[in-house]
Amino acid sequence: MRDTLRIPLRPRPALAVVAMLVLLPIAALAAGQPFYLVFAARVLIYALIASSLNLLIGYGGMVSFGHAAFVGAGAYTVAVLMPMGIGSAWLLWPAALLAGALLALAIGAICLRTSGVTFIMMTLAFAQMAYYLVLSLQVLGSDDGLALPKRPSLGVLDLGGDTAFYYVALAVLLAGLLAMRALLNAPIGRALQGIRDNETRMEALGFATYRLKLLVFVIAGAAAGLGGGLLASLNGLVGPNLFNWTESGLLMVMVILGGAGRLIGGALGAAVLLAAEELIAEHTIHWPLGIGVLLLAIVLFAPQGLAGLARRVGSDP
Amino acid sequence: MIEAVLRVSGLQKRFDGVLALDDVSLELARGELHALIGPNGAGKTTLIHLLSGALKPNAGAIALDGRDITRLGMHQRVRLGLARSYQITSLFPNFTVLENLALAVQGASGRADRERARAELDAVGLGPRGEALAGTLAHGERRQLELGLALATGARVLLLDEPMAGMAPEEAMRIVTLLEALKGRRTILLVEHDMDAVFRLADRITTLVQGRTIASGAPEEIRRHPEVRRAYLGDGMMV
Amino acid sequence: MPLSLIAEQLLNGLQLGLMLFLLAAGLTLVFGIMDMINLAHGSLYMVGAYLAAAVTEASGSFWLGLLGATVATAAVGAALEVSLLRRLYARSHLSQVLATFAVILIANEIVRMIWGSQPILLNPPPALAGPVQVGSVRYPAYRLVVIGVGLALALLLWLLVSRTRAGMRVRAGASDRTMAEALGVDIRTLFTAVFALGAALSAVAGALLGPLLAVQVGMGENILILAFVVITIGGIGSIRGALLGSLLVGLLDTAGRAFLPFLFRKMFPAAVAAEAGPAMAAMSIYMLMVAVLYFRPAGLFPARG
Ligand SMILES: Nc1ncnc2c1ncn2[C@@H]1O[C@H](COP(=O)(O)OP(=O)(O)OP(=O)(O)O)[C@@H](O)[C@H]1O
Ligand SMILES: [Mg+2]
Repeated sequence: MRDTLRIPLRPRPALAVVAMLVLLPIAALAAGQPFYLVFAARVLIYALIASSLNLLIGYGGMVSFGHAAFVGAGAYTVAVLMPMGIGSAWLLWPAALLAGALLALAIGAICLRTSGVTFIMMTLAFAQMAYYLVLSLQVLGSDDGLALPKRPSLGVLDLGGDTAFYYVALAVLLAGLLAMRALLNAPIGRALQGIRDNETRMEALGFATYRLKLLVFVIAGAAAGLGGGLLASLNGLVGPNLFNWTESGLLMVMVILGGAGRLIGGALGAAVLLAAEELIAEHTIHWPLGIGVLLLAIVLFAPQGLAGLARRVGSDP
Repeated sequence: MIEAVLRVSGLQKRFDGVLALDDVSLELARGELHALIGPNGAGKTTLIHLLSGALKPNAGAIALDGRDITRLGMHQRVRLGLARSYQITSLFPNFTVLENLALAVQGASGRADRERARAELDAVGLGPRGEALAGTLAHGERRQLELGLALATGARVLLLDEPMAGMAPEEAMRIVTLLEALKGRRTILLVEHDMDAVFRLADRITTLVQGRTIASGAPEEIRRHPEVRRAYLGDGMMV
Repeated sequence: MPLSLIAEQLLNGLQLGLMLFLLAAGLTLVFGIMDMINLAHGSLYMVGAYLAAAVTEASGSFWLGLLGATVATAAVGAALEVSLLRRLYARSHLSQVLATFAVILIANEIVRMIWGSQPILLNPPPALAGPVQVGSVRYPAYRLVVIGVGLALALLLWLLVSRTRAGMRVRAGASDRTMAEALGVDIRTLFTAVFALGAALSAVAGALLGPLLAVQVGMGENILILAFVVITIGGIGSIRGALLGSLLVGLLDTAGRAFLPFLFRKMFPAAVAAEAGPAMAAMSIYMLMVAVLYFRPAGLFPARG
């Protein structure tokens, strides 16, 4: 039976990409460029965060312009808890995840009463409030932010080494993407996409659309919070700019660039945007110009984002 | 004794000060097919919006099986067994026909049951079109699917808003046959302009004019009712 | 708290509000009529400020600078509309966000290439450098002129939109595009004209605020978000709403900055109050927006029925 909504797992390309990612640290070490691992780990974390936003924008039709708030909440949770003597990632990261989820529950409960542009601006407003709140709180370091004493530990695994951190981030991202695929292929995923396409009719078919959207909003917030916790652990410091609207805007750009409503859209967008930045910045201080031109080209010539482009090229004989 | 499944009393709806529905009362007996007729703008769709929960009334009450549902949301009413179809087709264009129906099955029951969706597909006469994207259907097929979505919820009480609107005669005939087959098994409120279909199908008919019920009764009574004839004279639909 | 301080802050709030309005007016029309989210609107504001500084520098006259920047930015806006934005009207809001975000990056870099990364100087006309006495308040003459120009342009815009044929078309377009087209309005030319007008108004705001804030790369981004807040509060597509929203936000922001630290000093240590005051003031704007949208999701004056 034809199933247009089911997201297939294409084992061969998927395994090829995973194999490449697994071999990357070895290549980086062999090439004598170990510092790239920190960058690569950052890309993986942003891939997770952007994917969580893609779940909202691409599959749920919830164009959140405040996703940075959940990232910030997770990051600050780790930064606040560590100096209190909690050093285990087993505690810190779930706490970051929970912080993202709780904040998403509070914000989503209010914002999801609205839709369209109003929803966009409401989510922006709450994220900006969080930004200014953090900025004004001295216990959170105001505009200096907070520094972490060291990287958390993960049981026997010492995350102080960049290679170890990279592999943990990779594992989290892969788990996240698999979970997202499972969610989307499950009945709740169908319902989510039905709401995106025609919310009123879904309501008329018996779906509690508000509750469903809130649930997914909280799931995405949790994933973003976890991403924030990882980011704080990797960087060793957090700052209020994590909450700023420019950060939310950047995440949104990643999703649209990669392909909203494609499973790997968020991850692809994050990887391409950050890698392009890194590459162009090596050659010119005017790298944002290059990024701008790239984005413009994508909008004009690949309306479905990079994932859509890849699929179009791939399906051509 | 007739048992009222859906009881509507004193329903009133105002839009910007204009009364679209004024003191409408209605009872649907179990298993009956009750037709709601009236000229354009009479308030038929508005009544369906109120009964389904898409709009809230300014006054009046709605009870399903004796339970007050006036303040319940749309999805809660569907879960209680009250579903509707739309006058203006409202589908999921990026889903296949079968996936559309599967959503409807899932919505009311909470379970995604593909077998039941397939059964509904055949029931509504779209058997060969299950794999087509809903957005690619012809108008008549879209109307069939529109009706199918309401049926697939499995609701005991159906509110159908002009299911045959804009259909070619032979397509409309198929819907009439389908509704005839449903008669007695589900309780149906049918809004329809096609008087041949109405008189063929309805057990009882209520006439709505400018937001008021001017007559309600058996088809023969309605056919002879002087006020109904007057209201319809300009339309020339009931000769 | 002295009364003169309150009066001064009111004037500051009025001034910020009017400048916000100049930005918001174009933004709300473009959004309302073309259903287009234009993040690059702030870039036009930046370009206006830079061009004003450049022309002022070359000609020695601030007023020539203002005029030159306005005309040139209108031309830049029209060119942007014809070459790029026009292709985006039919596209989704997401595509519009991505494309106009790209325009921000490009505009920032071009400005950086020409003028460098350091903020550049834009001096107010020397004649207006000093303060003047307004009642019991000594207030900078230049700021008074900014308020005057802002008020004059707001009035002019209101007359244009509500009293002229062109304005009627614009309003028709904002409330119902297909209807406007059915009335025989040439939508393409109208869009370009509206866009150029919006660009010109942003340039005026950029040039007038240049001497008060810094003329630097990225100056458009934060004020852009404020302008979006303004038009959402006011109701997208509504000039009246934009004016009311601008004044509300301008006054609230200024009052918050001036008085909240004052208030906090009574409750917290001075250092805390100094930090928290401005942030809380900024927060209050967003609280206002949430409150408005929660009760009126379409804003105070929805343009679409
Ligand atoms: N959302 C609304 N706002 C204002 N007026 C409305 C609204 N919906 C319906 N109306 C008005 O209420 C009246 C009843 O409309 P309704 O759609 O219920 O009529 P109807 O009987 O279904 O007509 P038709 O046979 O054409 O479908 C009409 O005058 C209509 O203009
Ligand atoms: Mg109707």
